[in-house]
Amino acid sequence: MTCEELLQALNEYVDGTLDLSAAECQQFAQHLAGCNPCQLVVDNIRGTIQLFRAGEPFPLPVEFQQRLQLNLQQRWAEKFGVGESAEVR
Amino acid sequence: MEVVDSSTDEALLARAREGQFAAFQSLVDRYQRRVYGLAWRITRHAADAEDVTQQTFLSLIENLTAFRGVSAAGWILRIATNHALKVLRRRRSQPHVSWSETDANDSYSTLPHPDFIADWQAPPEVLVQRQETRQAIEAALEELDDKYRVVFILRDIEELSVRETAEALDISEANVKVRLLRARLMLRERLVREFGDEATRVFPDHRHD
Ligand SMILES: [Zn+2]
Repeated sequence: MTCEELLQALNEYVDGTLDLSAAECQQFAQHLAGCNPCQLVVDNIRGTIQLFRAGEPFPLPVEFQQRLQLNLQQRWAEKFGVGESAEVR
Repeated sequence: MEVVDSSTDEALLARAREGQFAAFQSLVDRYQRRVYGLAWRITRHAADAEDVTQQTFLSLIENLTAFRGVSAAGWILRIATNHALKVLRRRRSQPHVSWSETDANDSYSTLPHPDFIADWQAPPEVLVQRQETRQAIEAALEELDDKYRVVFILRDIEELSVRETAEALDISEANVKVRLLRARLMLRERLVREFGDEATRVFPDHRHD
């Protein structure tokens, strides 16, 4: 496997999907063991995804959440009649 | 006090279909933050993110009985994505932008090659604690073309499957895969340039090629 071929199969390897055969997985691992740049690229891609998954960068505004709940409750009542446990909250 | 309901999404949907508002409310509690975050990242605008979030849950009320899929999460995020994409199309006054259109960049032959290859300055879980990193990753995402950005948001941030992403965007699974790969490579390049440790930089070894 060349660096170029590894690049094309990167998603399947990083995501651990079953699209790669056992033989392909082994070729991938074998290339990685002997190629530091490709090792770093794989690690960088994992790190990039991890950075985006962390935290909650866009918190839901409290004021909007309250308005949303009222609007949904109103629409629900129009469609199905009064929501029976709305007052629980 | 929020009443925590440990039922599965699908059980909540079933009860909501019978007219139980509390079950519907539990689903809203469960998904409103995700829907809002998704809408924000696609539209890049707080007021639009609010509109999209509200439209998503209103659509859910309208279409409660239509749900036939396997995953409620996939269904809800698909509705949210459709509303968010409508905002983009309206804003760019390109009512006919098609996500199914493919071009030369939707093939593996023209992948952007990694150039700046290095270890991170600090582990990603440490980097992400810093305000400047969080700003930089969002700025990097914003720079991507919509067709790559949206695939990355659905697949890597919201963790939809390749199939769910393809269905939400009405493109083929093959297209999802190649767009995702390009998005990942472009983001990697940009972020490692910014947060990579120069001293560990290596250069591709072309002996393998
Ligand atoms: Zn290599």
